[in-house]
Amino acid sequence: MKAVTWRGVNEIGVEDVPEPTILNSHDIIVEVGLSATCGSDLHLMGGYIPAMRAGDVLGHEFMGRVAEVGPAVTKHRVGDRVVVVSFVGCGKCWYCREGLWSLCDNGNPNPGLTEALWGQGIGGCYGYSHALGGWAGSHARYIRVPYADNGAFTIPEGVSDERALFASDAAPTGWTGAHQAEVRPGDVVAVWGAGGVGQMAARAAMVMGAERVVVIDRFDNRLQQVRTHIGAETLDYEEVNVPAELRELTGGRGPDVCIEAVGMEAHHPGPQYLYDQVKQQMRLQTDRPTAVREAIYACRKGGRVFTLGVFAGVVDRFPLGAVMNKALTLRGAQQHGHRYIPEILDLMSRDEVRTEHLATHVMALDDGPEGYRMFKEKEDGCVRAVFRPGG
Amino acid sequence: MTTTLGNVASLAARAGGSVVRQVKAVVDPAPARPAGTDHSASGWLVVTVVGEPSQIDTDRLPVPLAEFGDQLEVLVRAAPGDKGTELAARLRDRPSGSTLARLTGSDPQADLRSALRRAKQLIEVGEVLAVDPAPHGDRTPTPGGMLLEMWTRVAPKAGVR
Ligand SMILES: NC(=O)c1ccc[n+]([C@@H]2O[C@H](COP(=O)([O-])OP(=O)(O)OC[C@H]3O[C@@H](n4cnc5c(N)ncnc54)[C@H](O)[C@@H]3O)[C@@H](O)[C@H]2O)c1
Ligand SMILES: [Zn+2]
Ligand SMILES: [Zn+2]
Repeated sequence: MKAVTWRGVNEIGVEDVPEPTILNSHDIIVEVGLSATCGSDLHLMGGYIPAMRAGDVLGHEFMGRVAEVGPAVTKHRVGDRVVVVSFVGCGKCWYCREGLWSLCDNGNPNPGLTEALWGQGIGGCYGYSHALGGWAGSHARYIRVPYADNGAFTIPEGVSDERALFASDAAPTGWTGAHQAEVRPGDVVAVWGAGGVGQMAARAAMVMGAERVVVIDRFDNRLQQVRTHIGAETLDYEEVNVPAELRELTGGRGPDVCIEAVGMEAHHPGPQYLYDQVKQQMRLQTDRPTAVREAIYACRKGGRVFTLGVFAGVVDRFPLGAVMNKALTLRGAQQHGHRYIPEILDLMSRDEVRTEHLATHVMALDDGPEGYRMFKEKEDGCVRAVFRPGG
Repeated sequence: MTTTLGNVASLAARAGGSVVRQVKAVVDPAPARPAGTDHSASGWLVVTVVGEPSQIDTDRLPVPLAEFGDQLEVLVRAAPGDKGTELAARLRDRPSGSTLARLTGSDPQADLRSALRRAKQLIEVGEVLAVDPAPHGDRTPTPGGMLLEMWTRVAPKAGVR
């Protein structure tokens, strides 16, 4: 079958690869309907997560139809239209039972890699390097989904493929951020990054009762999407001083919750950017924490800062003094989508969560390299390139 | 990204272990310790599994552990805070492990770590999760790719250190 693969740093290919087969009794095989690019893939493309091998199939945000079921699967039948959460969770270990699904003890067959990096291994993720399990990704005609009773969700009839697709990764990631940062009614919430993840974090905060939600980015088309489709306010960080604007917007307090949805390749208009970029390229720091620094600085005293953006290793010039003296709570997580997706699908079916606008460019698998290039360069207003393996 | 910066990035990525090495350099006190002490001093390796201690019969351990026969000491105790049961195992005869031994696949401590992980999966999920054969394209041979393959072979056993 055809698949979009990682070939090397900034090199995406289209190759013929073998079809997946059922290997565990709780597996299903999904015939992929739609499969999206995600900001996380850009970190892989750039070589910032150096556990990719040439030939690895990319893609972790997808929906499709069940093509085959393993003998222990009880919830799904051949033909079901499903969306699959990007993380692999067993549903049985202590972490899964606590609802911390991306921390699953049994979802990553290569835990030693992340144990060495972080002290403990986390769960697995499709198409996301050998550090997160070496699972083949979804930019292909078929994908194997282990622990399918936990990870695959039947899509309600009224929800379109284009909408349901983002219940896989972008939306549950946003829900993870807003919920784990404990957004409460009356909160003012600021979100850094207006990509799919930032937009969904903003929507989640609104659903959870936030009084005011402000999204920060520099791309007009993305900020326009936030105002039109999400209903939140926006700030362009190239035009204003973000912490100053946020301070006045909040009566001098600062936002109660600051959600960072940018990640390790953040951009910055000032000289600090070059410093961070050079240090990262020289491998003196592994990540550029620009937006996290600003979020910590802007947050009100006693507030909550959440990093949804992906980081891999160590960062430099981290404002620990502000965290400590302002009594901030700093948290982060890979998404625990298993617990949020049923609610998200329900909200989607009631038009309270709309996501199809994120799929700005729908294309065939053959256009994989072009799709990734456009997504990376944000060319032609690309917010997410989406592949349709069926053509 | 400029070409020069891009080249540096790809070189670093091909070196593969740069991120791990860098993080370890920041947080790991290893150089201050005697060589070969990646494991706890007592030799016990422990995993936490769901369920009560009474559900684990140490006379009928899951196959991956049973295979060690009487080379193994095993202890079972309740984990604090309702986190399940701690299953501890120790080799009676312990050679000192080294990074080289682990990478060449002949480290009994690492084999025990791997067995504990598989035993945990058998207890919790009923089977051991398989990832291979996973579909993939052409594995162009590169030094980074080979290093990564070596890592992933040992990754189920212990950390890459
Ligand atoms: N935690 C999770 O489970 C999870 C899941 C999916 C994605 N992610 C991560 O979330 C991040 C965002 O993902 P995405 O798909 O939306 O990516 P994206 O690349 O589409 O969007 C990132 C946005 O951040 C903006 N940005 C860059 N620098 C900024 C700055 N200094 N201040 C404000 N905005 C800035 C960019 O202009 C861009 O619009 C990535 O790091 C991705 O890896 C995490
Ligand atoms: Zn993602
Ligand atoms: Zn689990």
